[in-house]
Amino acid sequence: MKNEGETTEQPDNTAFTQQRLPAWQPILSAGIVIPGFLLIGLAFIGIGVGLFLTSQTITVLEMDYTGVEKDKPCFGCTIPNIQNCTCEVQFSLSTLFKGPVFFYYGLSNYFQNFRKYGVSKDYYQLTGDTQYFTNPQDSCSPFAYDSKKNPIVPCGAIANSMFNDTFELYQLINGTKKQVPLDGKGISWWTDYNIKYRNPSPVNGSFANAFSGTRNPINWPKPVYELDLTDQNNNGFLNQDFLVWMRRAALPDFRKLYRRITQGDYAEGLPAGNYSLTVHYNYPVLTFDGRKKVVFSNVSWMGGKNDFLGIAYLVVGSLCVVMSVVMLIVYAKFKFSDDDDV
Amino acid sequence: MSFFGLDCTRKKETEVERKIRANDREYNLSFKYATNSIKTSKYNPFTFLPLNLFEQFQRIANAYFLFLLILQVIPAISSLSWFTTVVPLVLVLSVTAAKDATDDINRHRSDRKVNNRKVNVLINGKLISEKWMNVQVGDIIKLENNQFVTADLLLLSSSEPLNLIYIETAELDGETNLKVKQALTVTGDMGDNLEALAAFNGEVCCEPPNNRLDRFTGTLTFGTQKYSLDNERVLLRGCTLRNTDWCFGLVLFAGPETKLMQNCGKSTFKRTSIDRLMNVLVLFIFGLLALMCIILAVGNGIWENHAGSKFNAFLPREENIAFSAFLTFWSYIIILNTVVPISLYVSMEVIRLGNSYYINWDRNMYHARTGTPAEARTTTLNEELGQIKYIFSDKTGTLTQNIMTFNKCSINGKSYGDVIDHYSGQRLEITEEITPVDFSFNRLADPKFLFYDHSLVEAVKLELPEVHAFFRLLALCHTVMAEEKKEGDLVYQAQSPDEGALVTAARNFGFVFRSRSPETVTIEEMGIQRSYELLAILDFNNVRKRMSVIVRNPEGKLSLYCKGADTIIYERLHPSCSKLMEVTTEHLNEFAGEGLRTLVLAYKDLDEEYFSEWKQRHHESSVALEDREENLDKLYEEIEKDMMLIGATAIEDKLQDGVAQTIEQLAKAEIKIWVLTGDKQETAENIGYSCNLLREEMNDVFIVASNSPEEVRQELRDARLKMCPDTEQDKFLIPEIILGNTPKVVQDESVNGEYGLVINGHSLAYALESNVELEFLRTACMCKTVICCRVTPLQKAQVVELVKKYKKAVTLAIGDGANDVSMIKAAHIGVGISGQEGMQAVLSSDFSFAQFRFLQRLLLVHGRWSYLRMCKFLRYFFYKNFTFTFVHFWYAFFCGFSAQTVYDEGFITLYNLVYTALPVLGMSLFDQDVNAGWSLEFPQLYVPGQLSQYFSKRAFMMCALHSCYSSLVLFFVPYAAVYDTVRDDGRDGADYQSFALITQTCLTVTVCVQLGLDLSYWTVVNHLFVWGSLGMFFILTFAMYTDGLYRLRPSSFAFVGTAQNCLSQSNVWLTVALTALLCVLPVFAYRFLYTQISPTINDKVRYKVCKMKEPAPRPRRARLTRRSTRRSGYAFSHAQGYGDLVTSRRFLRRPAPARSTGFTPTGRSPGFKPTGRSAGYSPVGREQNPKQKVEPTSLQMFRAVKDSSF
Repeated sequence: MKNEGETTEQPDNTAFTQQRLPAWQPILSAGIVIPGFLLIGLAFIGIGVGLFLTSQTITVLEMDYTGVEKDKPCFGCTIPNIQNCTCEVQFSLSTLFKGPVFFYYGLSNYFQNFRKYGVSKDYYQLTGDTQYFTNPQDSCSPFAYDSKKNPIVPCGAIANSMFNDTFELYQLINGTKKQVPLDGKGISWWTDYNIKYRNPSPVNGSFANAFSGTRNPINWPKPVYELDLTDQNNNGFLNQDFLVWMRRAALPDFRKLYRRITQGDYAEGLPAGNYSLTVHYNYPVLTFDGRKKVVFSNVSWMGGKNDFLGIAYLVVGSLCVVMSVVMLIVYAKFKFSDDDDV
Repeated sequence: MSFFGLDCTRKKETEVERKIRANDREYNLSFKYATNSIKTSKYNPFTFLPLNLFEQFQRIANAYFLFLLILQVIPAISSLSWFTTVVPLVLVLSVTAAKDATDDINRHRSDRKVNNRKVNVLINGKLISEKWMNVQVGDIIKLENNQFVTADLLLLSSSEPLNLIYIETAELDGETNLKVKQALTVTGDMGDNLEALAAFNGEVCCEPPNNRLDRFTGTLTFGTQKYSLDNERVLLRGCTLRNTDWCFGLVLFAGPETKLMQNCGKSTFKRTSIDRLMNVLVLFIFGLLALMCIILAVGNGIWENHAGSKFNAFLPREENIAFSAFLTFWSYIIILNTVVPISLYVSMEVIRLGNSYYINWDRNMYHARTGTPAEARTTTLNEELGQIKYIFSDKTGTLTQNIMTFNKCSINGKSYGDVIDHYSGQRLEITEEITPVDFSFNRLADPKFLFYDHSLVEAVKLELPEVHAFFRLLALCHTVMAEEKKEGDLVYQAQSPDEGALVTAARNFGFVFRSRSPETVTIEEMGIQRSYELLAILDFNNVRKRMSVIVRNPEGKLSLYCKGADTIIYERLHPSCSKLMEVTTEHLNEFAGEGLRTLVLAYKDLDEEYFSEWKQRHHESSVALEDREENLDKLYEEIEKDMMLIGATAIEDKLQDGVAQTIEQLAKAEIKIWVLTGDKQETAENIGYSCNLLREEMNDVFIVASNSPEEVRQELRDARLKMCPDTEQDKFLIPEIILGNTPKVVQDESVNGEYGLVINGHSLAYALESNVELEFLRTACMCKTVICCRVTPLQKAQVVELVKKYKKAVTLAIGDGANDVSMIKAAHIGVGISGQEGMQAVLSSDFSFAQFRFLQRLLLVHGRWSYLRMCKFLRYFFYKNFTFTFVHFWYAFFCGFSAQTVYDEGFITLYNLVYTALPVLGMSLFDQDVNAGWSLEFPQLYVPGQLSQYFSKRAFMMCALHSCYSSLVLFFVPYAAVYDTVRDDGRDGADYQSFALITQTCLTVTVCVQLGLDLSYWTVVNHLFVWGSLGMFFILTFAMYTDGLYRLRPSSFAFVGTAQNCLSQSNVWLTVALTALLCVLPVFAYRFLYTQISPTINDKVRYKVCKMKEPAPRPRRARLTRRSTRRSGYAFSHAQGYGDLVTSRRFLRRPAPARSTGFTPTGRSPGFKPTGRSAGYSPVGREQNPKQKVEPTSLQMFRAVKDSSF
């Protein structure tokens, strides 16, 4: 009895129970930290230089066309209640704007990241679930029903506030306008177009019938099934402009892809010359001190132009190098580890 | 043991008086007394869920999260989906519920075990075996030997003469010696006559149920007579019947109303200082949360006022600005709730549990001889073990083994006992290799007695007269009782272990004490049986410090043999011994220097005439009514003079293994050790020296022994002035706000030099009075060592409470006996020595192990690691949660204060549970700065814990600031990186979902790297956890953003596609790398520079260990040798009055088995207080498991004789 007890009561002699698991025990010794800092610093400076130079190669052309100032071309369109206003913004390029050129519209002071704005949509509607066409979710409120209790499709604030300025770009060659072809295909995320959003199945062979009993968002002049009548693949919820807009921005100043310039004579980029941009000015931003702009930009392997990363890497890298020198000095001066009086 | 449940049900109506009629169930049932079934469990299957949930929601953290949950279902303010709170809450609740359920199942099991025990109940004149739970008040039950007492019983009759029974009360009070109870004669006469018992209709009228174990009042009405009942007649539940064939008892209190159950009140819930700090911090965190939310609510108001209102066309919102701000406040309360860490408490429990298991598993704290592993009985106090500043230790059984061994002696100027190397002449260390003396020539020798010096046995064999006189004295002059169950099998029952050791030594050297009667002492001298006539015992007392016997040898020669303290005996020696005295004094000094307890032996031949005249006077004095004591003392003085010196004995009060080394280690760790002992001052002081608590090199050892509060105060003040002459009166008190009810804290005062303080029981009583206590505390705390002698259990607790009250320090009490329970409960940490003296100390302790020396491992290794791990855990946990949360705060300024979260809701739910839970848990279960060997090698590593350096309010603020910095980096670097930028295919890359994913990737990587930096001990498990969690983040992120889940529930998994679109971008990875390094590199640099400029002890040791690349040194077991000139305590520890008993005619020798022995309680001599401590002597190894076998105590050697002549 007692012998049994002894053998069972004695704890197991394993590395785990005796807390003797083999382990790597790194310590912050000078031999690791100082060269480590130096190496990281040098690596960062290298990356920083690369990033900065890359960023410099990217061309960006940005034009505010809000028309706040009186001398701006679109000032005329800022008058309230004006309908179908058009204005023209002229610009010229001294050198070739290397392609492919991306054409963005930008909004500032626009809070797409406001929480209540962000939740104001019905995912089920947007996946083509017709059940929710007649009964939009509460999250869409107050854009779920119109004043006559008709359900709105697509419901919610995001859809309702969809950007609806449109643009045409012309190159001015010897006084004649040559339209630059704008490619609106594939400007949204592949996943948005193929997975996230779904059109309802046509009812009785008609796409529009699927939306019967619903109405278009209040701010929209036309229903969602008429967004692009020319191309059924770009219609309904799968309209590229709609998808781009629905991917709401993280910050109050943002730009969104409008078109790509990849076709015809402009596949290599925009040649030097004068250009005219026709703006169909519909979207009101002045009430909230917003700004609208168009941006032409090309990209590199690191994306759009952004000097921050390059500069940050350079600064951090330099600081690391400086720190390693400081540490070396401190180490040489104190060097606690050499005295053995523990 | 199963008796001790957590909960005791209390009777609702207060009972004033209990009336019971024996054998009348109907009558007794009318009072609705509790039955004998006990219930310590809390739940049953149906009540478990509601009750347990109710209990859990009483905890502030859980209630807070319930409140959050309610907030989250209000659509107007719900900024997060309900599942972000529900998932962690359910997890936390279910972990706790699972733990509670297992605990309760165990309680159910033990309840069932106890309730289903069988006992014989007398029903309708027949004995029927019944379950305990069916026993009712008023039943008569029959108990048999070694049975547990079923309920509180009135003893009716027993198998033993005089209706005595013996019980062991170890479960009740921890004392293993047997106690005697006696039934009333009137009931005892019934014996085991079932008819008489069944007809017994006595009525008991007694006190209502209460928790006083030592008191009982009541009356028994039987026939026409009334008998009063007291504690002597009552058997309490929890005792065990011993050495008694059977007994009958009447059930008085049953089940929950028994005194045992009434006594097991809720044990006080101990909390660690980290817990208390956490409470303060949580309040602070709530304040911080409120502050942040107010700032954001105000921000929302301003934003609505300036920008928002104009934005209404696109963003329908609350029109009323103030109301909007109000809603924003609550929305942010929900979002920022992660600053109050819900999983923190659960994780802390898990960590403590893990570290408790390490203690249970530690083989270095396993005592092989008794088969006892260390046990963490409380699993919530581990990190407190790393902060101990004061240790209060019991002496007997804790520091010492309570075993005395005859080690050395000096006979006629020659010292024996040392082993001398023949070649070098050097004294040898006594180790296992040295062969002890062979006593086989003596068939009566005790085989357990070990002696190493062969010259002494040679001297005995050479029949040197002095040596023979020496051992003859030892065999004759004592009060030991011998028991010889069968020929040659001698068992000595000594009242003090010292005496037992001496008599055993004489026995082995051929002077065997065989038996005694009131008039004779029979010894066997070198094989020849001789009977000495015992004429007088001049007994020991504290003033005399000696004892003598006067005997007449078989040849008719009268002699007086005396043994006693050296100083006392020396005064009474014949001048002719002066030369021998000198030599013996040298030996005595030598013995004392080794910490041995000494006695000096002397004899004197008496003149027949003188003695008969003296005897006459002695008789007169002893029957005189006036001045009896004084006259006797004078008589003793008279005869005990001009004695001849024989020699001296040296007895070792055996320390537990490694005590001195442990104390040295603990002292190096700046832990102060106070010994609180019930022993005499001399004994305690002596042990103080032998275990290195008091040292010869100490500047001074103050001894406070005064008889009035003024004197005590003066002595204490003098001592303090001596230690620190320029000490100021009031400067030592510093105001302390955090401790709340204690307005002041006594600061540590610096002293140059080392001092010790010894204070006796009387003085301590005064010192603990409210106007002297501060003086006492100040003085005591300035000393390295404090020894309090003759301390009562209550005083032990008072001393602990005093230190707890005025010192902001963590205390630990360690003890083994029932008398240590109070201090074990009072101290922050109570440690019980298991496997020694009953279970009571262990049962009320938080940690238990078998040997005092394990304390150094418990504190310096387990405690230190636990503390280190807990602190690292807390610092990191706060860091990761604050960093996580603060990012929301910065984002608020860019999203119109709309309570928009930065991260995906899935990430918010899983961050604490999956992505960061295991690495930090791994760190807090495996981390060690240096391994156990080095921890013991450098006890100084313990000091930071005492000063709470690793986690304090300051450390918490540093965490918060660090988090603040990290969160700024974590928000603004991704902000700047995605600002106005696009993906490499020109598509939108600055959308909310990408930004969220970038930020949360940065965050997860950053906190992982930070953890890697904190982690100093990378085991396989840590690697697995860290890399696994990081991998898990990416796996789950991709999994959650897949179309499958999106189809299932589009609104919850709206991030579909974000992962592959975002994480395929090179600039995202560059951002992640930049963020992580920017967060961590400053910490690297700071830590490196800090270790270079002002390295802590920890850094130094780690560096050294790293440099040496050697395994830890084996713990040094060097024996501490001390050379000291101090005169040691003399070896006598028993109480006076024993001699009377020996010579009185009140006992009868019984060679028969001890179980049928007894004594009349009424005839007990005053001052005879046998205690469990000194009984049960065994010279070398003592009975290690007292629960199974109980030796008959000396008490049982006395047998009452109804001697009319006396």
